[in-house]
Amino acid sequence: MAERRVRTLGTAGRVGAATTGAVVVVALVSLVWTPHDPAAMDVANKLAGPSLAHPLGTDHFGRDTLSQLMAGARVSIAVSLVAVGLGAGLGVPLGLLAAARRGWLDEAVMRLNDLAFAFPALLTAVLITALLGPGAINAILAIGLFNVPVFARVTRGAALAVWKRPFVLAARLAGRGRARISLDHVLPNIAGTLIVQATIQFALAILAEAGLSYLGLGSQPPEVSWGRMLNEAQTFLFLEPRLAILPGLAIVVTVLGLNLLGDGLRDRLDPRLDPQGVDRRPAGARRG
Amino acid sequence: MVLPLPRARRRAATALAALAVAALTALPGPATAGPPDTLVMGMVLEPPHLDPTAGAAAAIDEVVYANVFEGLTRIGPDGSVQPALAERWEISDDGLTYTFHLRRDVTFHDGTAFTADDAVFSLQRALADDSVNAQKGLFAAIDSVAALDGYTLVVGLSRPEGRLLYNLGWGDAVMVGLESADTNKTRPIGTGPFRFVRWVQGDRVELEAFPDFWGPAPALSAATFRFIPDPAAALAAMLAGDVDAYANFPAPEGLAILEEDARFAVVVGTTEGETILALNHRRPPLDDPRVRRAIGHAIDRNTLIDGAMFGYGTPIGSHFAPHHPAYVDLTDRSPHDPERARALLAEAGIAPGDLRLTLHLPPPSYARRSGELIAAQLGAVGVAVEIIPVEWAQWLDQAFRGHDFDMTIVAHTEPLDIDIYARDDYYFGYDNPAFDALMATLQSTRDTAARADLYRQAQTILAEDAVNGFLFQLAKLGVWDARLSGLWRDSPVQANDLTGVSWQP
Repeated sequence: MAERRVRTLGTAGRVGAATTGAVVVVALVSLVWTPHDPAAMDVANKLAGPSLAHPLGTDHFGRDTLSQLMAGARVSIAVSLVAVGLGAGLGVPLGLLAAARRGWLDEAVMRLNDLAFAFPALLTAVLITALLGPGAINAILAIGLFNVPVFARVTRGAALAVWKRPFVLAARLAGRGRARISLDHVLPNIAGTLIVQATIQFALAILAEAGLSYLGLGSQPPEVSWGRMLNEAQTFLFLEPRLAILPGLAIVVTVLGLNLLGDGLRDRLDPRLDPQGVDRRPAGARRG
Repeated sequence: MVLPLPRARRRAATALAALAVAALTALPGPATAGPPDTLVMGMVLEPPHLDPTAGAAAAIDEVVYANVFEGLTRIGPDGSVQPALAERWEISDDGLTYTFHLRRDVTFHDGTAFTADDAVFSLQRALADDSVNAQKGLFAAIDSVAALDGYTLVVGLSRPEGRLLYNLGWGDAVMVGLESADTNKTRPIGTGPFRFVRWVQGDRVELEAFPDFWGPAPALSAATFRFIPDPAAALAAMLAGDVDAYANFPAPEGLAILEEDARFAVVVGTTEGETILALNHRRPPLDDPRVRRAIGHAIDRNTLIDGAMFGYGTPIGSHFAPHHPAYVDLTDRSPHDPERARALLAEAGIAPGDLRLTLHLPPPSYARRSGELIAAQLGAVGVAVEIIPVEWAQWLDQAFRGHDFDMTIVAHTEPLDIDIYARDDYYFGYDNPAFDALMATLQSTRDTAARADLYRQAQTILAEDAVNGFLFQLAKLGVWDARLSGLWRDSPVQANDLTGVSWQP
């Protein structure tokens, strides 16, 4: 049973992959086509119910809800992608460096990491955007910064395990430098773990972007964002619950899809789960 | 299947998910009616403190005016001047001496008697060089204040002031006690029908009936002002019966629901709130009247009222309240005409897409929603707008005091405040000596017809100069329990006068 599971994504993983794929396709399509201009207002036609012209109705300014949801997918994915990229781009090298160097450098990086973990991520993101001013770029910075320690920690943990493997020892005996070993041997061996982690962080980043936009700290009008759609729909809950339910569903579906995909990928890619299903992760990584 | 993630991260994720769907779960609770002699009044903003003579915040007056504090005169529900702590008065023929006869049976909430000495103290405190009064202009004409005897006050003016009796009815001119003035910010002591009980910061202010009030005892035994900044929460609180009345309901979109519900009365009245798109004249090209006119022509007021205010509001073409007798409708000076807007911009040498302006938006929905619509309307004539949402503190700091803005939307809620356009170094930076001279003439004119004529001229100058984008007059959206009577329909001053409020059986 374990044998089959690790070879494929599994049912849940496939559902996750399909959902994520669908959201990405919608976001890509929105680059070239949406039923209406998502920012075009038509006050005379506000709060209209679903119709042929507006399959999901319109909001309080008469903007087409379907077009807004599509454009919102694009913004969510773009912000999260850049933010996670930023986190991985800084965190992975830091983790590799810490694992390769050990000693005081490792200590310094990891203690800084602990420090960053001590601050609640979303609250600090709120602080950063409050200081730098609201906007998509600052939201990316805020979310990205809080991905750095996550990636640094995961990378270091996985890399340390690889450093103990015989082929790394062989490479060291052959006289290769730590940097080369990190890039040629360690990184490829922990790539699976990192991809899984990136998927999960991506889901969290989408939530964080929606949360910041909901609080008015994320992307600003006329740019569309699921979080801001939720916020704007708040006072219309009794009048047009559809306006809150649709972006809420979009967030839920996207995040759920990414989480399922992450789980599936993890079963397939994480080298710490061997085909016999025995957990050989180092003791430190087993908590949680 | 559990991921090697720190637990706190996942908990943060859960909290975020909860946040994302929180909007879906705000459902009304069971309706409960309050006891028939107390009142819970909802307000959007919490006052910074409770001394109306030391702050400009409207929320202060909305709690204490006519309830806790009274002045020599007061403004009635229709905007007229009525006697309050001064029973009657005489004005000398030259208009320079006012003699006020004070009520003899008035006591402060701390038990001390109100006499002419307190009145002299109150006015001198407002007039003093170190006065922190937010509306010192109200008292500018006053030259001397003296007590003739314990209950007679003589006020001497340096020039005739047509609005003195009206000015003395403002919340900023209320009478305070010699003994208690210093602590009014946290423990207000006035002469009104209600005395202060306690203030739970961030939540509510409680008042109770004052047994030794000089006038007829109010029908309510106690009143609570609750501060609910979120419009969605305001609607939920109203539907749930947690709040009995909102004098200024913050969510116009919710009125349709409340109107259908027989438990509530929806009363739409007028306010003194001219909502304007303020333009910073210090920043080129906004110093060019053609550019300002172009902005005026780009704006479609009816769309703003419909889209941002759900139809509640009256278009204005200058800085003046439409319900005032001296009002002139000048909206035809800046009709919605995108073609003309483009032509004017071209005339000013601005190519489409060349002009980028920032738009600072304070939190109220009238500003945020109008702002989004205006950004789209200006975009249609080739002016790119960057929206910058700000909190009130930031707005006061950056836009109002720091003059660091291109455009901003705000409602000026003081009555008859057209004279702000004559102020030196006011935030939008308008400077027109002809207008200043007109305001000076107005100040010394007492004849009503002559004053009305001057007001008309002033309105026309502002419309001709296209000083700001004049948008609409805010409507007062009152919502309260249908069994309540005595709340004001209009708001000629910022006040929630509870003196005459009662529950009908």
